[in-house]
Amino acid sequence: MAILEASNLVVDIPGRAAGQPFSARILPGQRWGVLGPNGAGKSTLLHTLAGLRPPRSGQVLLDGDCLTQLRRRQLAQKLAVVFQERQDSFPATVRETVLIGRHPFLSPWQRETARDLRLANQAMEALSLGLLGDRLVSTLSGGERQRVAIATALTQQPAIWLADEPTNHLDLHHQVAVMELLHRQAEEGAAVFMCLHDLNLAARWCDHLLLLYPDGELCFGPAETMLVPAALERLYDQKLSVGNINGVPVFVPG
Amino acid sequence: MISRRAIYSLLMLAALGVLSLLLAVTVGSVSMSLSELSMAVAGRGDPLFGELVFSLRLPRALAAFATGGLLALAGALMQVLLRNPLADPYVLGISGGAAVGALASMLLGLGTAMVSGSAFAGALLSTLLVFGLAQGRGSWTPTRLLLTGVVIAAGWGAVITFMLSLSPADRLPGMLYWLMGDLSYARSPWLAWLVLIPVLVVTLPLGRSLNVLARGPLQAAALGVAVKPLAWLVYGLASLLTAVAVTTAGSVGFVGLIVPHMLRLVLGNDQRLILPASVMAGGALLTIADTLARTMMAPEQLPVGVITALLGVPTFLFLLYRSR
Repeated sequence: MAILEASNLVVDIPGRAAGQPFSARILPGQRWGVLGPNGAGKSTLLHTLAGLRPPRSGQVLLDGDCLTQLRRRQLAQKLAVVFQERQDSFPATVRETVLIGRHPFLSPWQRETARDLRLANQAMEALSLGLLGDRLVSTLSGGERQRVAIATALTQQPAIWLADEPTNHLDLHHQVAVMELLHRQAEEGAAVFMCLHDLNLAARWCDHLLLLYPDGELCFGPAETMLVPAALERLYDQKLSVGNINGVPVFVPG
Repeated sequence: MISRRAIYSLLMLAALGVLSLLLAVTVGSVSMSLSELSMAVAGRGDPLFGELVFSLRLPRALAAFATGGLLALAGALMQVLLRNPLADPYVLGISGGAAVGALASMLLGLGTAMVSGSAFAGALLSTLLVFGLAQGRGSWTPTRLLLTGVVIAAGWGAVITFMLSLSPADRLPGMLYWLMGDLSYARSPWLAWLVLIPVLVVTLPLGRSLNVLARGPLQAAALGVAVKPLAWLVYGLASLLTAVAVTTAGSVGFVGLIVPHMLRLVLGNDQRLILPASVMAGGALLTIADTLARTMMAPEQLPVGVITALLGVPTFLFLLYRSR
Protein backbone atom coordinates (compact mmCIF):
# COMPACT_ATOMS: atom_id res chain seq x y z
CA MET A 1 0.00 0.00 0.00
CA ALA A 2 1.28 3.41 -0.86
CA ILE A 3 -0.12 6.87 -1.33
CA LEU A 4 0.89 9.13 -4.19
CA GLU A 5 0.21 12.77 -3.60
CA ALA A 6 0.40 15.75 -5.91
CA SER A 7 0.91 19.00 -4.10
CA ASN A 8 0.30 22.21 -6.08
CA LEU A 9 1.73 20.36 -9.04
CA VAL A 10 2.16 22.26 -12.30
CA VAL A 11 3.60 20.16 -15.11
CA ASP A 12 6.27 21.60 -17.36
CA ILE A 13 5.27 21.69 -21.01
CA PRO A 14 7.84 23.77 -22.89
CA GLY A 15 6.37 26.82 -24.56
CA ARG A 16 3.07 26.54 -22.71
CA ALA A 17 1.82 28.83 -19.93
CA ALA A 18 1.58 27.21 -16.51
CA GLY A 19 -1.73 25.46 -15.98
CA GLN A 20 -3.87 25.25 -12.92
CA PRO A 21 -2.03 23.53 -10.02
CA PHE A 22 -3.10 19.96 -9.24
CA SER A 23 -3.34 18.84 -5.63
CA ALA A 24 -4.77 15.43 -4.85
CA ARG A 25 -4.05 12.21 -3.03
CA ILE A 26 -4.31 8.97 -4.94
CA LEU A 27 -5.27 6.42 -2.31
CA PRO A 28 -5.00 2.63 -2.25
CA GLY A 29 -8.01 1.05 -3.92
CA GLN A 30 -8.80 4.06 -6.07
CA ARG A 31 -8.96 3.91 -9.84
CA TRP A 32 -8.31 7.27 -11.43
CA GLY A 33 -8.93 8.03 -15.06
CA VAL A 34 -7.43 11.05 -16.79
CA LEU A 35 -9.47 12.39 -19.69
CA GLY A 36 -8.58 15.12 -22.09
CA PRO A 37 -8.09 15.91 -25.76
CA ASN A 38 -4.83 15.23 -27.61
CA GLY A 39 -2.02 17.42 -26.36
CA ALA A 40 -3.74 18.39 -23.12
CA GLY A 41 -0.75 17.05 -21.18
CA LYS A 42 -2.05 13.70 -19.95
CA SER A 43 1.18 11.83 -20.61
CA THR A 44 3.27 14.70 -19.27
CA LEU A 45 1.26 14.61 -16.05
CA LEU A 46 1.71 10.86 -15.80
CA HIS A 47 5.47 11.12 -16.35
CA THR A 48 5.70 13.93 -13.80
CA LEU A 49 3.83 11.85 -11.24
CA ALA A 50 6.30 9.03 -11.92
CA GLY A 51 9.21 11.39 -11.26
CA LEU A 52 10.45 11.01 -14.82
CA ARG A 53 10.13 14.72 -15.61
CA PRO A 54 10.68 17.63 -13.25
CA PRO A 55 7.53 19.67 -12.55
CA ARG A 56 7.48 23.41 -13.27
CA SER A 57 6.39 23.97 -9.69
CA GLY A 58 4.94 22.02 -6.81
CA GLN A 59 5.93 18.49 -5.92
CA VAL A 60 4.94 14.86 -5.95
CA LEU A 61 5.09 12.85 -2.73
CA LEU A 62 5.20 9.10 -2.30
CA ASP A 63 4.12 8.13 1.22
CA GLY A 64 5.06 11.64 2.32
CA ASP A 65 8.54 11.70 0.72
CA CYS A 66 9.20 14.03 -2.17
CA LEU A 67 10.08 11.99 -5.27
CA THR A 68 13.30 13.95 -5.77
CA GLN A 69 14.49 12.64 -2.39
CA LEU A 70 13.95 9.03 -3.36
CA ARG A 71 16.28 6.80 -5.33
CA ARG A 72 14.83 5.49 -8.59
CA ARG A 73 15.17 1.97 -7.26
CA GLN A 74 13.08 2.69 -4.15
CA LEU A 75 10.51 4.36 -6.33
CA ALA A 76 10.37 1.45 -8.77
CA GLN A 77 9.71 -0.97 -5.94
CA LYS A 78 6.38 0.74 -5.34
CA LEU A 79 5.41 2.37 -8.58
CA ALA A 80 5.14 0.95 -12.10
CA VAL A 81 4.66 2.87 -15.32
CA VAL A 82 3.06 1.53 -18.48
CA PHE A 83 4.26 3.73 -21.31
CA GLN A 84 2.39 4.59 -24.43
CA GLU A 85 5.49 4.32 -26.57
CA ARG A 86 8.05 1.60 -26.37
CA GLN A 87 11.42 1.10 -27.95
CA ASP A 88 12.78 -2.31 -28.67
CA SER A 89 15.96 -1.86 -30.65
CA PHE A 90 17.45 -5.20 -29.64
CA PRO A 91 15.71 -8.53 -30.01
CA ALA A 92 14.29 -9.87 -26.74
CA THR A 93 11.79 -12.60 -26.01
CA VAL A 94 8.48 -11.98 -24.29
CA ARG A 95 9.65 -13.85 -21.18
CA GLU A 96 12.87 -11.80 -20.91
CA THR A 97 10.90 -8.60 -21.32
CA VAL A 98 8.32 -9.47 -18.68
CA LEU A 99 11.01 -10.69 -16.27
CA ILE A 100 12.71 -7.29 -16.41
CA GLY A 101 9.91 -6.09 -14.10
CA ARG A 102 11.80 -7.77 -11.25
CA HIS A 103 14.81 -5.52 -11.81
CA PRO A 104 14.08 -3.09 -8.96
CA PHE A 105 14.03 -5.94 -6.46
CA LEU A 106 17.31 -7.61 -7.39
CA SER A 107 20.77 -6.55 -6.26
CA PRO A 108 23.50 -6.16 -8.92
CA TRP A 109 25.07 -9.59 -8.46
CA GLN A 110 21.79 -11.43 -7.95
CA ARG A 111 20.26 -13.57 -10.67
CA GLU A 112 16.50 -13.92 -11.06
CA THR A 113 15.19 -16.53 -8.65
CA ALA A 114 12.57 -19.22 -9.20
CA ARG A 115 10.07 -16.90 -7.54
CA ASP A 116 10.83 -14.12 -10.01
CA LEU A 117 10.32 -16.52 -12.88
CA ARG A 118 7.05 -17.68 -11.36
CA LEU A 119 5.82 -14.08 -11.04
CA ALA A 120 6.72 -13.45 -14.67
CA ASN A 121 4.93 -16.61 -15.77
CA GLN A 122 1.83 -15.67 -13.76
CA ALA A 123 1.82 -12.20 -15.32
CA MET A 124 2.10 -13.72 -18.79
CA GLU A 125 -0.79 -16.06 -18.03
CA ALA A 126 -2.87 -13.16 -16.70
CA LEU A 127 -2.47 -11.36 -20.01
CA SER A 128 -2.90 -14.49 -22.14
CA LEU A 129 0.71 -14.40 -23.26
CA GLY A 130 1.44 -17.88 -21.95
CA LEU A 131 2.03 -19.36 -25.38
CA LEU A 132 4.14 -16.45 -26.62
CA GLY A 133 6.91 -16.68 -23.97
CA ASP A 134 9.68 -17.57 -26.40
CA ARG A 135 8.57 -15.28 -29.21
CA LEU A 136 10.60 -12.17 -29.99
CA VAL A 137 8.73 -9.03 -28.98
CA SER A 138 9.58 -7.49 -32.36
CA THR A 139 7.47 -10.16 -34.08
CA LEU A 140 4.33 -9.42 -32.05
CA SER A 141 1.34 -7.31 -33.02
CA GLY A 142 0.68 -3.93 -31.45
CA GLY A 143 -1.94 -5.29 -29.05
CA GLU A 144 0.28 -8.19 -28.00
CA ARG A 145 3.12 -5.78 -27.28
CA GLN A 146 0.76 -3.68 -25.20
CA ARG A 147 -0.07 -6.76 -23.15
CA VAL A 148 3.66 -7.49 -22.74
CA ALA A 149 4.11 -3.98 -21.31
CA ILE A 150 1.26 -4.50 -18.85
CA ALA A 151 2.60 -7.93 -17.90
CA THR A 152 6.00 -6.33 -17.21
CA ALA A 153 4.35 -3.84 -14.86
CA LEU A 154 2.35 -6.62 -13.22
CA THR A 155 5.59 -8.54 -12.57
CA GLN A 156 6.79 -5.44 -10.75
CA GLN A 157 3.89 -5.94 -8.26
CA PRO A 158 3.45 -2.21 -7.81
CA ALA A 159 1.43 -0.50 -5.12
CA ILE A 160 0.80 2.29 -7.61
CA TRP A 161 0.05 1.85 -11.29
CA LEU A 162 0.60 4.74 -13.65
CA ALA A 163 -0.68 3.59 -17.01
CA ASP A 164 -0.68 5.67 -20.18
CA GLU A 165 -3.51 4.44 -22.40
CA PRO A 166 -3.34 0.84 -21.15
CA THR A 167 -6.00 -0.24 -23.66
CA ASN A 168 -4.13 1.09 -26.71
CA HIS A 169 -4.16 -1.35 -29.64
CA LEU A 170 -6.20 -3.88 -27.65
CA ASP A 171 -9.22 -5.65 -29.07
CA LEU A 172 -12.52 -5.39 -27.17
CA HIS A 173 -12.00 -8.58 -25.22
CA HIS A 174 -8.52 -7.62 -24.07
CA GLN A 175 -9.62 -4.07 -23.26
CA VAL A 176 -12.08 -5.51 -20.79
CA ALA A 177 -9.56 -8.08 -19.55
CA VAL A 178 -6.99 -5.37 -18.83
CA MET A 179 -9.57 -3.17 -17.10
CA GLU A 180 -10.68 -6.13 -14.98
CA LEU A 181 -7.07 -6.83 -14.11
CA LEU A 182 -6.51 -3.24 -12.98
CA HIS A 183 -9.79 -3.39 -11.08
CA ARG A 184 -8.61 -6.50 -9.21
CA GLN A 185 -5.28 -4.79 -8.50
CA ALA A 186 -7.18 -1.91 -6.93
CA GLU A 187 -9.34 -4.29 -4.89
CA GLU A 188 -6.15 -5.84 -3.56
CA GLY A 189 -4.97 -2.43 -2.41
CA ALA A 190 -3.14 -0.89 -5.35
CA ALA A 191 -3.81 2.63 -6.55
CA VAL A 192 -4.41 2.93 -10.28
CA PHE A 193 -3.96 6.13 -12.25
CA MET A 194 -4.46 5.90 -15.99
CA CYS A 195 -4.85 8.10 -19.01
CA LEU A 196 -7.75 6.99 -21.17
CA HIS A 197 -9.18 8.01 -24.49
CA ASP A 198 -12.34 5.99 -24.25
CA LEU A 199 -14.99 7.81 -22.21
CA ASN A 200 -17.01 4.63 -21.86
CA LEU A 201 -14.13 2.66 -20.38
CA ALA A 202 -13.55 5.54 -17.98
CA ALA A 203 -17.23 5.67 -17.05
CA ARG A 204 -17.36 1.95 -16.40
CA TRP A 205 -14.02 1.27 -14.72
CA CYS A 206 -12.88 4.41 -12.92
CA ASP A 207 -14.08 5.73 -9.57
CA HIS A 208 -12.26 9.07 -9.89
CA LEU A 209 -11.87 11.20 -12.98
CA LEU A 210 -9.53 14.06 -13.78
CA LEU A 211 -10.45 16.24 -16.73
CA LEU A 212 -7.53 18.08 -18.35
CA TYR A 213 -8.54 20.97 -20.58
CA PRO A 214 -6.17 22.14 -23.32
CA ASP A 215 -5.88 25.60 -21.74
CA GLY A 216 -4.39 24.12 -18.57
CA GLU A 217 -7.61 24.21 -16.57
CA LEU A 218 -8.45 21.00 -14.71
CA CYS A 219 -11.14 19.55 -12.50
CA PHE A 220 -11.47 16.22 -10.75
CA GLY A 221 -13.66 14.27 -8.41
CA PRO A 222 -15.63 11.05 -8.02
CA ALA A 223 -16.57 9.63 -11.40
CA GLU A 224 -20.34 10.06 -11.07
CA THR A 225 -19.95 13.79 -10.45
CA MET A 226 -17.56 14.28 -13.35
CA LEU A 227 -19.52 12.55 -16.11
CA VAL A 228 -21.55 15.64 -16.92
CA PRO A 229 -22.27 15.75 -20.67
CA ALA A 230 -21.83 19.53 -20.88
CA ALA A 231 -18.38 19.38 -19.25
CA LEU A 232 -17.30 16.46 -21.43
CA GLU A 233 -18.56 18.22 -24.57
CA ARG A 234 -16.47 21.26 -23.66
CA LEU A 235 -13.50 18.99 -22.87
CA TYR A 236 -13.42 17.40 -26.30
CA ASP A 237 -15.12 20.23 -28.21
CA GLN A 238 -17.49 17.58 -29.52
CA LYS A 239 -21.26 17.11 -29.25
CA LEU A 240 -22.13 13.92 -27.34
CA SER A 241 -25.23 11.76 -27.10
CA VAL A 242 -25.68 9.96 -23.81
CA GLY A 243 -27.40 6.63 -23.35
CA ASN A 244 -27.66 4.35 -20.39
CA ILE A 245 -26.95 0.64 -20.31
CA ASN A 246 -27.42 -1.23 -17.02
CA GLY A 247 -27.03 1.97 -15.07
CA VAL A 248 -23.71 2.93 -16.69
CA PRO A 249 -23.74 6.02 -18.91
CA VAL A 250 -22.65 5.45 -22.50
CA PHE A 251 -21.29 8.32 -24.57
CA VAL A 252 -21.48 8.42 -28.33
CA PRO A 253 -20.28 11.33 -30.47
CA GLY A 254 -23.06 13.01 -32.32
CA MET B 1 19.07 -18.20 -13.19
CA ILE B 2 22.28 -18.93 -14.99
CA SER B 3 21.15 -21.06 -17.84
CA ARG B 4 23.17 -24.13 -18.74
CA ARG B 5 23.41 -22.74 -22.23
CA ALA B 6 25.14 -19.59 -20.97
CA ILE B 7 27.75 -21.55 -19.04
CA TYR B 8 28.28 -23.84 -22.00
CA SER B 9 28.76 -20.89 -24.35
CA LEU B 10 31.22 -19.17 -22.04
CA LEU B 11 33.21 -22.39 -21.62
CA MET B 12 33.31 -22.85 -25.37
CA LEU B 13 34.56 -19.30 -25.86
CA ALA B 14 37.16 -19.70 -23.11
CA ALA B 15 38.42 -22.86 -24.80
CA LEU B 16 38.55 -20.99 -28.09
CA GLY B 17 40.57 -18.25 -26.38
CA VAL B 18 43.11 -20.75 -25.00
CA LEU B 19 43.36 -22.44 -28.38
CA SER B 20 43.96 -19.14 -30.12
CA LEU B 21 46.78 -18.31 -27.70
CA LEU B 22 48.36 -21.76 -28.18
CA LEU B 23 48.14 -21.30 -31.91
CA ALA B 24 49.71 -17.86 -31.72
CA VAL B 25 52.60 -19.13 -29.63
CA THR B 26 53.40 -22.23 -31.66
CA VAL B 27 52.89 -21.03 -35.24
CA GLY B 28 55.29 -18.79 -37.08
CA SER B 29 58.60 -18.68 -38.94
CA VAL B 30 59.76 -21.41 -36.59
CA SER B 31 56.85 -23.70 -35.74
CA MET B 32 56.94 -25.85 -32.65
CA SER B 33 54.97 -28.82 -31.44
CA LEU B 34 53.03 -28.88 -28.19
CA SER B 35 55.70 -31.01 -26.54
CA GLU B 36 58.38 -28.52 -27.57
CA LEU B 37 56.19 -25.76 -26.18
CA SER B 38 55.74 -27.51 -22.85
CA MET B 39 59.50 -28.09 -22.66
CA ALA B 40 60.10 -24.41 -23.35
CA VAL B 41 57.58 -23.42 -20.69
CA ALA B 42 59.30 -25.77 -18.23
CA GLY B 43 62.60 -24.08 -19.07
CA ARG B 44 64.11 -27.12 -20.74
CA GLY B 45 64.86 -27.99 -24.33
CA ASP B 46 66.15 -25.62 -27.00
CA PRO B 47 66.77 -22.14 -25.47
CA LEU B 48 65.74 -20.65 -28.82
CA PHE B 49 62.19 -21.86 -28.23
CA GLY B 50 62.12 -20.34 -24.75
CA GLU B 51 63.31 -17.03 -26.13
CA LEU B 52 60.82 -17.21 -28.98
CA VAL B 53 57.88 -17.96 -26.67
CA PHE B 54 58.56 -15.59 -23.80
CA SER B 55 60.15 -12.59 -25.50
CA LEU B 56 58.41 -12.53 -28.83
CA ARG B 57 55.28 -14.56 -29.37
CA LEU B 58 53.60 -14.65 -25.98
CA PRO B 59 53.74 -10.86 -25.35
CA ARG B 60 52.40 -10.21 -28.83
CA ALA B 61 49.68 -12.85 -28.50
CA LEU B 62 48.63 -11.48 -25.11
CA ALA B 63 48.57 -7.96 -26.53
CA ALA B 64 46.42 -9.17 -29.42
CA PHE B 65 44.03 -10.95 -27.08
CA ALA B 66 43.68 -7.99 -24.74
CA THR B 67 43.20 -5.54 -27.61
CA GLY B 68 40.49 -7.68 -29.14
CA GLY B 69 38.81 -7.96 -25.75
CA LEU B 70 39.01 -4.21 -25.16
CA LEU B 71 37.53 -3.37 -28.55
CA ALA B 72 34.73 -5.91 -28.36
CA LEU B 73 33.78 -4.84 -24.84
CA ALA B 74 33.84 -1.16 -25.84
CA GLY B 75 31.63 -1.93 -28.82
CA ALA B 76 29.18 -3.99 -26.79
CA LEU B 77 28.84 -1.21 -24.19
CA MET B 78 28.33 1.53 -26.75
CA GLN B 79 25.74 -0.46 -28.64
CA VAL B 80 23.64 -0.89 -25.52
CA LEU B 81 24.04 2.72 -24.55
CA LEU B 82 23.02 4.05 -27.95
CA ARG B 83 20.49 1.27 -28.49
CA ASN B 84 21.98 0.89 -31.89
CA PRO B 85 23.84 -2.15 -33.15
CA LEU B 86 25.84 0.14 -35.47
CA ALA B 87 27.64 1.93 -32.66
CA ASP B 88 31.27 1.14 -32.07
CA PRO B 89 34.37 3.16 -31.21
CA TYR B 90 35.28 3.49 -34.89
CA VAL B 91 31.88 4.55 -36.11
CA LEU B 92 31.68 7.13 -33.32
CA GLY B 93 35.01 8.68 -34.25
CA ILE B 94 36.74 7.87 -30.98
CA SER B 95 39.49 5.84 -32.57
CA GLY B 96 39.75 8.50 -35.29
CA GLY B 97 40.64 10.99 -32.58
CA ALA B 98 43.19 8.57 -31.16
CA ALA B 99 44.70 8.05 -34.61
CA VAL B 100 45.05 11.80 -35.18
CA GLY B 101 46.79 12.15 -31.82
CA ALA B 102 49.19 9.33 -32.55
CA LEU B 103 49.94 10.41 -36.12
CA ALA B 104 50.60 13.99 -35.03
CA SER B 105 53.26 12.88 -32.60
CA MET B 106 54.74 10.46 -35.15
CA LEU B 107 54.87 13.32 -37.64
CA LEU B 108 56.73 15.43 -35.11
CA GLY B 109 59.14 12.53 -34.60
CA LEU B 110 58.30 12.06 -30.93
CA GLY B 111 59.00 8.83 -29.05
CA THR B 112 56.75 5.84 -28.43
CA ALA B 113 55.55 7.03 -25.04
CA MET B 114 54.39 10.31 -26.56
CA VAL B 115 52.63 8.47 -29.37
CA SER B 116 50.69 6.43 -26.81
CA GLY B 117 49.96 9.45 -24.68
CA SER B 118 48.64 11.56 -27.52
CA ALA B 119 46.55 8.65 -28.86
CA PHE B 120 44.94 8.48 -25.45
CA ALA B 121 44.38 12.24 -25.37
CA GLY B 122 42.91 12.11 -28.86
CA ALA B 123 40.46 9.38 -27.89
CA LEU B 124 39.27 11.26 -24.81
CA LEU B 125 39.00 14.55 -26.72
CA SER B 126 36.93 12.81 -29.35
CA THR B 127 34.60 11.30 -26.74
CA LEU B 128 34.04 14.66 -25.09
CA LEU B 129 33.47 16.27 -28.46
CA VAL B 130 30.93 13.66 -29.60
CA PHE B 131 28.97 13.51 -26.37
CA GLY B 132 29.19 17.25 -25.72
CA LEU B 133 27.94 18.18 -29.17
CA ALA B 134 25.32 15.46 -29.28
CA GLN B 135 23.90 16.57 -25.96
CA GLY B 136 23.64 20.19 -27.05
CA ARG B 137 20.63 21.82 -25.49
CA GLY B 138 18.28 18.89 -25.69
CA SER B 139 18.67 15.37 -24.44
CA TRP B 140 20.75 12.71 -26.15
CA THR B 141 18.82 10.92 -28.73
CA PRO B 142 20.67 7.87 -29.94
CA THR B 143 20.33 8.89 -33.57
CA ARG B 144 21.74 12.33 -32.92
CA LEU B 145 24.66 10.86 -31.02
CA LEU B 146 25.36 8.36 -33.76
CA LEU B 147 25.13 11.03 -36.44
CA THR B 148 27.47 13.35 -34.52
CA GLY B 149 29.93 10.48 -34.14
CA VAL B 150 29.80 9.60 -37.82
CA VAL B 151 30.40 13.21 -38.85
CA ILE B 152 33.27 13.61 -36.40
CA ALA B 153 34.79 10.35 -37.62
CA ALA B 154 34.64 11.72 -41.16
CA GLY B 155 36.32 14.92 -39.94
CA TRP B 156 39.14 12.98 -38.30
CA GLY B 157 39.46 10.99 -41.53
CA ALA B 158 40.12 14.23 -43.43
CA VAL B 159 42.67 15.36 -40.86
CA ILE B 160 44.43 11.98 -41.15
CA THR B 161 44.61 12.25 -44.94
CA PHE B 162 45.94 15.79 -44.60
CA MET B 163 48.66 14.67 -42.20
CA LEU B 164 49.60 11.73 -44.37
CA SER B 165 50.02 13.99 -47.37
CA LEU B 166 52.30 16.25 -45.34
CA SER B 167 54.46 13.50 -43.94
CA PRO B 168 57.86 12.60 -45.34
CA ALA B 169 57.92 9.48 -47.48
CA ASP B 170 60.11 7.48 -45.13
CA ARG B 171 57.62 7.74 -42.27
CA LEU B 172 54.60 6.84 -44.39
CA PRO B 173 54.71 3.01 -44.20
CA GLY B 174 54.86 2.99 -40.39
CA MET B 175 52.00 5.47 -40.16
CA LEU B 176 49.88 3.59 -42.66
CA TYR B 177 50.42 0.31 -40.89
CA TRP B 178 49.48 1.92 -37.63
CA LEU B 179 46.30 3.31 -39.18
CA MET B 180 45.28 -0.13 -40.34
CA GLY B 181 46.06 -1.63 -36.96
CA ASP B 182 49.27 -3.50 -36.40
CA LEU B 183 50.41 -5.51 -33.43
CA SER B 184 54.07 -5.74 -34.41
CA TYR B 185 54.68 -2.55 -32.43
CA ALA B 186 52.85 -3.88 -29.40
CA ARG B 187 55.75 -4.43 -27.04
CA SER B 188 53.98 -4.75 -23.72
CA PRO B 189 50.53 -6.25 -23.21
CA TRP B 190 50.30 -5.26 -19.55
CA LEU B 191 48.57 -1.90 -19.84
CA ALA B 192 45.84 -3.49 -21.94
CA TRP B 193 45.29 -6.31 -19.44
CA LEU B 194 45.45 -3.94 -16.49
CA VAL B 195 42.56 -2.01 -17.98
CA LEU B 196 40.60 -4.90 -19.47
CA ILE B 197 40.22 -7.04 -16.35
CA PRO B 198 39.06 -4.32 -13.91
CA VAL B 199 36.67 -2.82 -16.45
CA LEU B 200 35.13 -6.23 -17.11
CA VAL B 201 34.76 -6.80 -13.37
CA VAL B 202 33.10 -3.40 -12.99
CA THR B 203 30.68 -3.95 -15.87
CA LEU B 204 29.56 -7.47 -14.92
CA PRO B 205 27.27 -6.39 -12.06
CA LEU B 206 25.90 -3.65 -14.33
CA GLY B 207 24.70 -6.27 -16.80
CA ARG B 208 21.06 -6.37 -15.79
CA SER B 209 20.86 -2.57 -15.52
CA LEU B 210 22.26 -2.40 -19.05
CA ASN B 211 19.61 -4.86 -20.20
CA VAL B 212 17.02 -2.46 -18.84
CA LEU B 213 18.78 0.55 -20.33
CA ALA B 214 18.62 -1.11 -23.74
CA ARG B 215 14.85 -0.62 -23.53
CA GLY B 216 15.19 3.15 -23.51
CA PRO B 217 16.00 5.68 -20.82
CA LEU B 218 12.40 6.32 -19.72
CA GLN B 219 11.57 2.65 -19.29
CA ALA B 220 14.89 2.13 -17.52
CA ALA B 221 14.22 4.99 -15.11
CA ALA B 222 10.75 3.62 -14.42
CA LEU B 223 12.33 0.28 -13.54
CA GLY B 224 14.68 1.82 -11.03
CA VAL B 225 17.84 2.54 -13.02
CA ALA B 226 19.64 5.82 -12.31
CA VAL B 227 20.05 6.51 -16.02
CA LYS B 228 22.36 9.56 -16.16
CA PRO B 229 25.09 8.25 -13.82
CA LEU B 230 25.01 4.84 -15.49
CA ALA B 231 25.24 6.38 -18.97
CA TRP B 232 28.20 8.56 -18.03
CA LEU B 233 29.97 5.64 -16.39
CA VAL B 234 29.54 3.50 -19.47
CA TYR B 235 30.68 6.29 -21.82
CA GLY B 236 33.75 6.81 -19.66
CA LEU B 237 34.59 3.11 -19.55
CA ALA B 238 34.02 2.63 -23.28
CA SER B 239 36.36 5.52 -24.17
CA LEU B 240 39.00 4.26 -21.76
CA LEU B 241 38.81 0.82 -23.37
CA THR B 242 39.08 2.30 -26.85
CA ALA B 243 41.95 4.60 -25.97
CA VAL B 244 43.96 1.73 -24.50
CA ALA B 245 43.19 -0.53 -27.46
CA VAL B 246 44.29 2.12 -29.95
CA THR B 247 47.39 2.86 -27.92
CA THR B 248 48.33 -0.82 -27.94
CA ALA B 249 47.67 -1.76 -31.53
CA GLY B 250 46.61 1.20 -33.63
CA SER B 251 43.26 1.35 -35.33
CA VAL B 252 41.99 -2.19 -35.61
CA GLY B 253 38.55 -1.96 -37.14
CA PHE B 254 35.55 -4.26 -37.13
CA VAL B 255 36.16 -6.12 -33.88
CA GLY B 256 33.99 -3.78 -31.79
CA LEU B 257 31.22 -3.80 -34.35
CA ILE B 258 31.17 -7.42 -35.39
CA VAL B 259 31.95 -9.47 -32.30
CA PRO B 260 29.11 -8.26 -30.03
CA HIS B 261 26.68 -8.36 -32.89
CA MET B 262 27.59 -11.92 -33.87
CA LEU B 263 27.28 -13.00 -30.26
CA ARG B 264 23.86 -11.35 -29.96
CA LEU B 265 22.63 -13.18 -33.01
CA VAL B 266 23.68 -16.48 -31.47
CA LEU B 267 23.28 -15.94 -27.70
CA GLY B 268 20.53 -13.34 -27.39
CA ASN B 269 20.92 -9.96 -25.75
CA ASP B 270 21.55 -10.56 -22.07
CA GLN B 271 24.50 -8.27 -21.27
CA ARG B 272 25.47 -10.47 -18.33
CA LEU B 273 26.40 -13.06 -20.93
CA ILE B 274 27.30 -10.80 -23.86
CA LEU B 275 29.91 -8.68 -22.06
CA PRO B 276 32.21 -11.51 -20.90
CA ALA B 277 31.53 -13.43 -24.10
CA SER B 278 32.57 -10.37 -26.13
CA VAL B 279 35.87 -10.16 -24.30
CA MET B 280 36.68 -13.79 -24.98
CA ALA B 281 35.46 -13.87 -28.56
CA GLY B 282 37.07 -10.52 -29.41
CA GLY B 283 40.34 -11.65 -27.85
CA ALA B 284 40.32 -14.98 -29.67
CA LEU B 285 39.40 -13.34 -32.98
CA LEU B 286 42.19 -10.79 -32.84
CA THR B 287 44.75 -13.37 -31.68
CA ILE B 288 43.90 -15.67 -34.57
CA ALA B 289 43.82 -12.74 -37.00
CA ASP B 290 47.23 -11.58 -35.84
CA THR B 291 48.67 -15.09 -36.19
CA LEU B 292 47.37 -15.17 -39.73
CA ALA B 293 48.77 -11.69 -40.35
CA ARG B 294 52.24 -12.85 -39.28
CA THR B 295 52.24 -16.09 -41.17
CA MET B 296 50.07 -15.84 -44.26
CA MET B 297 52.61 -14.02 -46.40
CA ALA B 298 55.68 -14.63 -44.24
CA PRO B 299 58.22 -13.14 -44.02
CA GLU B 300 55.98 -10.18 -44.94
CA GLN B 301 53.72 -9.12 -42.09
CA LEU B 302 50.27 -7.82 -42.87
CA PRO B 303 48.46 -5.30 -40.69
CA VAL B 304 46.03 -7.23 -38.52
CA GLY B 305 43.19 -4.85 -39.37
CA VAL B 306 43.19 -6.21 -42.92
CA ILE B 307 42.65 -9.73 -41.60
CA THR B 308 39.89 -8.77 -39.16
CA ALA B 309 38.06 -7.05 -41.98
CA LEU B 310 38.57 -9.96 -44.40
CA LEU B 311 37.38 -12.46 -41.79
CA GLY B 312 34.75 -10.25 -40.26
CA VAL B 313 32.84 -8.96 -43.24
CA PRO B 314 31.74 -12.29 -44.76
CA THR B 315 31.03 -13.86 -41.35
CA PHE B 316 28.96 -10.88 -40.36
CA LEU B 317 26.99 -10.81 -43.58
CA PHE B 318 26.34 -14.54 -43.35
CA LEU B 319 25.05 -14.31 -39.79
CA LEU B 320 22.95 -11.28 -40.56
CA TYR B 321 21.41 -13.04 -43.53
CA ARG B 322 20.64 -16.14 -41.48
CA SER B 323 19.29 -14.28 -38.46
CA ARG B 324 15.65 -14.19 -37.56
